[in-house]
Amino acid sequence: MTPDLYLATAPYFGWDLVRVAQELFRYGFMQHAFEAGTIVALTAGVIGYFVVLRGLSFAAHALSHIGFAGATGAVLVGAVPIVGLLAFTMSAGAVMGALGQRLRGRDVTIGLVMAWSLGLGLLFTRLYKGSANLAIGILFGQIFGITSQDVAVTFVAGAVTVLLVVAVYRPLLFSTLDEEVAEAKGVPVRALSIAFMVVLAVAVSEAVQVVGVLLIFALIVAPAAIAERFTTRPSRGVLLAAILAVLFTWAGLTIAYYLPYPVGFFITTIAFWSYILARVLSVVVARRATGRVRPWREEQARHSP
Amino acid sequence: MARPDTPAIIADGLAAAYRDRLIWRNATFTVSTGEFVAVLGPNGSGKSTLLRLLLGLLPPAAGSLQVLGQRPQRGNADIGYVPQRRNIDRDLPVRGRDFVHLGIDGSHWGVAVGNAASNHQRVDQAIRSVDARAYADRPIGRLSGGEQQRLLLAQALAGKPQMLLLDEPLASLDLRNQILIAELVAELARANGLTVLLIAHDINPLLPIVDRVLYVAHGGVAIGKPAEVITTEQLSRLYDAPIEVLHDSHGHMFVVGLEAESAHHDA
Repeated sequence: MTPDLYLATAPYFGWDLVRVAQELFRYGFMQHAFEAGTIVALTAGVIGYFVVLRGLSFAAHALSHIGFAGATGAVLVGAVPIVGLLAFTMSAGAVMGALGQRLRGRDVTIGLVMAWSLGLGLLFTRLYKGSANLAIGILFGQIFGITSQDVAVTFVAGAVTVLLVVAVYRPLLFSTLDEEVAEAKGVPVRALSIAFMVVLAVAVSEAVQVVGVLLIFALIVAPAAIAERFTTRPSRGVLLAAILAVLFTWAGLTIAYYLPYPVGFFITTIAFWSYILARVLSVVVARRATGRVRPWREEQARHSP
Repeated sequence: MARPDTPAIIADGLAAAYRDRLIWRNATFTVSTGEFVAVLGPNGSGKSTLLRLLLGLLPPAAGSLQVLGQRPQRGNADIGYVPQRRNIDRDLPVRGRDFVHLGIDGSHWGVAVGNAASNHQRVDQAIRSVDARAYADRPIGRLSGGEQQRLLLAQALAGKPQMLLLDEPLASLDLRNQILIAELVAELARANGLTVLLIAHDINPLLPIVDRVLYVAHGGVAIGKPAEVITTEQLSRLYDAPIEVLHDSHGHMFVVGLEAESAHHDA
């Protein structure tokens, strides 16, 4: 069959996966979407594992909103959105990292900063008087508008992010799980906390292209939260989170190719329902496990105060 | 490396302070290699501060301090440390075994490559030494306080230290577990020639095993055998308040005359 024939018919979808793949990769914009989406998802999954373990989900979410103000502000002064995005998220990340453990339980402060950032972004968009599409694109992503140059930038940012996490993996895990002992053992706990938040800022800025500022939660938090329900080994948790994030993105992109609805909706929907499913499944698994070790549990209960 | 004939800890005119607030001063004492010392005193008297000084996390405000033949330095691999625990999150998705593993290479950069097998062996050995094999593969947050304490002890031991600094390892354990953990620490210390400083609230579960007690109270420090330090005269002088030490028929000691928490010897 020739490509011309495809054009004449509706896009193919069926059990012939090779043909589905051919269909999906027929257009340059879809190729770029898959390339950038995969890189972003891998990064988000890896870093997301630590975000969830460190209890920073809300802070990560706030970071993306701060990014919105940065991106719209950059456009207002005639710069590229990604520059403002990076500048704002990285500085906010550094401040959050310096606060370290004190950031925990600061929901009110974080929430206020988040709301104010959105407000600023709104103001910048209005002042710019440009089309609302720009703001919509930053808020919800514009995965189908990615150029090959965007893909290259995403690749470099993603590679740097993942390599940095790999480089600090053990001390980061140590300071996440056991900050006091890690500090005594000579781990630069505070520096790591700052570095982690800056790397997270880069990952967030990267992911904005795909799912946008508002939906980033889905790629950073959901895969990691699911992974943490199914494995108690950190290395497997990181891998599982990365794999899940990539699968969610691929599935979302594929569905969005065939259906006339936004990809951000599909990715977040898949992430949300996977999480619900994971919760239900893990409860079932846990029930069975406790059933098996009941005698041991009862003995424990007798000896605890 | 400390030679066996040099004391493990030498403090001379040592003082501890947080910013401008003096915690205690004029502490002069030595702890010999292999000695088991219980650190006692009321809340907020500066027991944990002493450990922070030994770990090099806080510089002395005055005086000099030597640990294992050198000045305290953060990241000293010869010291195993178990800090006071707040509760570990029940849902923390990490096995006890992974916690223990951090004691070996948690402070190394990068991901683990090579010598994985020998490290796993060391982790196994540490877990076996605290008798925690049955539950080392379960999520640590789901374990009982005593089980967590054993695994954290294993983490400290996995680094093959010469000295153990334990901050209230017996807190929130029932009496039976307090005695079990105390005996385990003593046994491990004897087997490996470790010097131990163990912060505790109640001396009684420790009486059969400690060599000396270090009492931190009222801005000062006193050290000696339990029967020498925990006396009506000594403690009254240390606290600068009338204190009475009572003994029961089993040789247990009860300190009375202080705030409620000092008489907190729930058996």
